[in-house]
Amino acid sequence: MSNADIEIVVEDPTAPEANSPQVASVRVVDVVVSLLLLALAITLGFDNWRAGAGWESTGPQPGYFPFYLSIILGGASLYGLVAAFLSRTEASESFVTQAQLRRVMAVFVPTVLFVLATQFLGLYVASFLLIAGFMRLVGKIALWKSLLTAFVFTAAMFVTFDVAFDVIMPKGPLEAALGR
Amino acid sequence: MEALDLLMHGFAVLLTWKTLLLMMTGLVLGIFVGVLPGLGGPNGVAILLPLTFTMDPTSAIVMLSCIYWGALFGGAITSILFNIPGEAWSVATTFDGYPMAQQGRAAEALTAAFTSSFIGSLVAVMLITFLAPMISSFALKFGPPEFFAVYLLTFCSFVGLGREAKHKTVISMSLGLLLAGIGMDTVSGQLRMTFGSAELLRGVNFLVAVIGLFGISEILLTMEERLALRGHAAGISLRVVLSVWKDLPKYWVTLVRSSFIGCWLGITPGGAIAASFMGYNLAKRFAKDQDSFGRGRIEGVFAPETAAHASGTSALLPMLALGIPGSGTAAILLGGLMVWGLNPGPLLFVEHKDFVWGLIASMYLGNVVGLALVLTTVPIFASILRVPFAAVAPMIVVSCAIGAYAIQNAMFDIWLMLGFGIVGYVFKKIGVPLAPFTLALVLGNRAEDAFRLSMIGAGGDLKVFWSNGLAGSITTLAIVLLFWPVIDKAFSSVARMLRPAKA
Repeated sequence: MSNADIEIVVEDPTAPEANSPQVASVRVVDVVVSLLLLALAITLGFDNWRAGAGWESTGPQPGYFPFYLSIILGGASLYGLVAAFLSRTEASESFVTQAQLRRVMAVFVPTVLFVLATQFLGLYVASFLLIAGFMRLVGKIALWKSLLTAFVFTAAMFVTFDVAFDVIMPKGPLEAALGR
Repeated sequence: MEALDLLMHGFAVLLTWKTLLLMMTGLVLGIFVGVLPGLGGPNGVAILLPLTFTMDPTSAIVMLSCIYWGALFGGAITSILFNIPGEAWSVATTFDGYPMAQQGRAAEALTAAFTSSFIGSLVAVMLITFLAPMISSFALKFGPPEFFAVYLLTFCSFVGLGREAKHKTVISMSLGLLLAGIGMDTVSGQLRMTFGSAELLRGVNFLVAVIGLFGISEILLTMEERLALRGHAAGISLRVVLSVWKDLPKYWVTLVRSSFIGCWLGITPGGAIAASFMGYNLAKRFAKDQDSFGRGRIEGVFAPETAAHASGTSALLPMLALGIPGSGTAAILLGGLMVWGLNPGPLLFVEHKDFVWGLIASMYLGNVVGLALVLTTVPIFASILRVPFAAVAPMIVVSCAIGAYAIQNAMFDIWLMLGFGIVGYVFKKIGVPLAPFTLALVLGNRAEDAFRLSMIGAGGDLKVFWSNGLAGSITTLAIVLLFWPVIDKAFSSVARMLRPAKA
């Protein structure tokens, strides 16, 4: 057994600590999700009942199929709610710890900002900002590397989609100024 | 043999430089996706789908299925070299693959993994070649009640045979079916569940949901993990390959057994994950010295890999023949077919012969090319893991957004994708399975149409689903499967009462 041939080593300095306190247990999240699903089932069920969930001379009305599905969904979430309340294993399981949540948010928040930016600046500018910003701020990678990677990737996407395959993406002021 | 003639024709369609190039591109992208943490087969196919929108359907499906094969191959690389299963179905490969790498036999383990993947897929493709045309010509006789019965069977078997909590499978499935119904009702033209929103008129697009559920949520989940890794680097020499291949005949029982398990679980919605574990466990049970498993035994690599690939490939059989996908990835490929205006199902074999046989031929060719490719390029792909996740994650996010937007040119879809990302993250963590959701979303409209057409035909009498022997037996089987856990329990308790405890 020789371990001398280990060649690829990647460190993860910002890894979440194992002993971080939990933010919520699986049970809490399960209960919340079940309640949300129940609310959704009631809303959709009501809408379908309004659209007509019965029969007419030509066959089932438009809401028939989804109405009964809403009932199934509602029933299953109700069962899930009770099961989650009674479950002991779920109560002891951690849904997410503080350290994990911090890392998840480190991706999620930039992603939301990216989508917002796409709406106003166009997809290509937004993706340049996301990649460069994420690599620099979250990954602590050298600035020139981050900018270069972001530029190359965005340019490659632009050439692939806009130029070669003619798939049009949302565009903003920069593309307009460049006349594309 | 009509199938062979058509297959040869399929090869003729494929053997152009352009298609071969696409095949290579697809395989490389697929292996890339399989090796990267936080991306897998379904995610990769979903994210790369938009690339193919402007191609003709045959080129597009060739590229997509090659991405799929690539991802299947790629999962084995990280399992063996890093003890990190790139995919859930390569977990069983780590049991013996990683110990082999520790003993300096990484090249041997990789060759074994790739070869057995190849064999597994090959068996499954042969099954598809001969069985799919037969099933589809049989299914041409199906009317709406039979089709609805088959859909019902698919959904019920997910609930009855799935390993997750039953109510969570039901939630996932009914939610998918409901979301599929949003928008304009195709029969009456009335709006349903749109609540006055113009954006919801289009309905919830299946691919947007999949990109969010699998792409975005997977990144969130990956970030929770510790991403540090240490692994072995390995190159494969021709000598090692030949020596492993020379020993192959010794393991034929394992290979045949695993192929069989894989094909069976692939066609039924058991899936590649179950298949790989079952393949491994059975190989262990039938071995003479069971203790040597888990310590770097080559059979422990052969068994799960063959089963996983046989299952992953044969999942395409029900998709092609009946329009019902056998796995999450197959469901996404099915979504792709619909984007290109092809209606999956038995008519595909009649109306689009070129396409179907081109696809089947590409499975053969893709596997041969794939095997050659992975055997020669393993060191390059292993070093991909050196690329920091902080660089990979935003690129995946951008690719997801491009994919979601490209489907309907709607900004709203990017937001929807983000929403599904959160849903996918939460669902995975509380144990709501995503595969039934995916399946329900893609089949929802057709299941509803089949249901309504049969009800209209029968004047609203539910007995229509038992109106003839075929529909009746499928429906009954569906209901039996739905309550299978209860029936199974009842049977075993009756058996226990009849046969008093011995010890």
